[in-house]
Amino acid sequence: MTWVGDNSAMIWDQLREHLYLALVPMVLGLLISIPLGYVATRYSWLANPLVALGGVLYSLPSIALFIVLPAIIGTQVLSSANIIIALTIYAVSLLIRNVIDGLRSVPEDVLQAAVSVGYGTLRRVVTIDLPIAVPVIFAGLRVVTVANISMVSVGAIIGIGGLGELFTLGFQQDFLTPIVVGVVLSLALALLADVLLVGLQRLLTPWARVNSPVKAA
Amino acid sequence: MLQGFLDFISDSANWSGAEGIGNRILQHLAYTFLSLGIATVIALPVGLLIGHTRRGAFLAINTANAARALPTLGLLTLIVLLIGIGRLPVIIALVVLGIPPILASTYAGVSGVDRPTIDAARGMGMTEGEILTKVEIPIALPLIISGLRSATLQIVSTATVAAYVALGGLGRYVIDGLSLRDFPQMLTGAVLVAVLAILLDLAFAGIGRYAVSAGLTGRLRRGTDTKTTTAPATAEASL
Repeated sequence: MTWVGDNSAMIWDQLREHLYLALVPMVLGLLISIPLGYVATRYSWLANPLVALGGVLYSLPSIALFIVLPAIIGTQVLSSANIIIALTIYAVSLLIRNVIDGLRSVPEDVLQAAVSVGYGTLRRVVTIDLPIAVPVIFAGLRVVTVANISMVSVGAIIGIGGLGELFTLGFQQDFLTPIVVGVVLSLALALLADVLLVGLQRLLTPWARVNSPVKAA
Repeated sequence: MLQGFLDFISDSANWSGAEGIGNRILQHLAYTFLSLGIATVIALPVGLLIGHTRRGAFLAINTANAARALPTLGLLTLIVLLIGIGRLPVIIALVVLGIPPILASTYAGVSGVDRPTIDAARGMGMTEGEILTKVEIPIALPLIISGLRSATLQIVSTATVAAYVALGGLGRYVIDGLSLRDFPQMLTGAVLVAVLAILLDLAFAGIGRYAVSAGLTGRLRRGTDTKTTTAPATAEASL
């Protein structure tokens, strides 16, 4: 355990990098998939192809995507942009389905009521559709966030992987401690992120607690 | 860069021999199916049991959630340092990662079968074993296959990463290319493994379509509306 004390600055840096590499794609994924999902509910012929494309993209192994991206979009091979873009692609692939399902779960009479009292499209989507879709979108967001946090470490193979660098370090030095520290911190980060998302969802959907206190997403 | 990749992949010398592309693909498939097979033998019966008895749901759901949070590279390096370099530790890691998706979706499929359907089967005099094999498994099949599919993709992906801890397969091109700063070689490995993953995914989608009982997909539906579990079948098929 003295190793942890001696290297706390390094571990702290990697933890911060890890968080950055996992959370930026999560936010980007949300920012991209919400408008995309809205368009797909508006023009419903788009929905199935988009979900199918998401399924194919999600099946791509992360290490493969990290390496293929520079060849396609011209980033540096060892750039953290590859990790962020790859994880954003995974996030959108998964979230698009939840956003579409969530927006479709808005009852027709609610939509009509909103239109008839004079809501414009943007105001209706932001204040009516999205809040109702929150539980379904958050179910996807939790999966994306936890998966991203564990996937970041694969980037360590190409030199950018936050806590994953503790795994490569431990492997190269035949030394168990950094690996255990990395696994534990990564799991803790995923758990913490998940708990925070559940809390945020509760804040965003106060009516869910009133109607069905036991119903979890 | 792209030219280098095309040169590498079109050079016939890179396709033959023990380190050739053909052999690397076969190795990758062998590791994948061996690990998938072992994971299935372990996870499927447990998932069926938990789903049928509806006891231990906590276990089935939480292993899947915990496994999603587990960093694969951490697991690989950890097991290799504990057991030693070689094929066995890597296969163990791949099996560990393959079990949760199969377990969770088998459980979800079997426990999701409508209560009245099972009661009807029991009322007709079916034994518990018959209920499982003739009612629950056929209805749960779409979800079971989707679990096998997730497990396969997870294993294919992790087997690539496992080249870092000295496994063969397509990941070798990625790792060897990286240490030689040979980007075309890395790209070859990455593209091949991506194509392999997509093909396996499509294969499972195809199996899912044909393995599902016709009574569930509505292919043979006659008049009356059967409100059974059509939803998972179509949801999986559309992926």
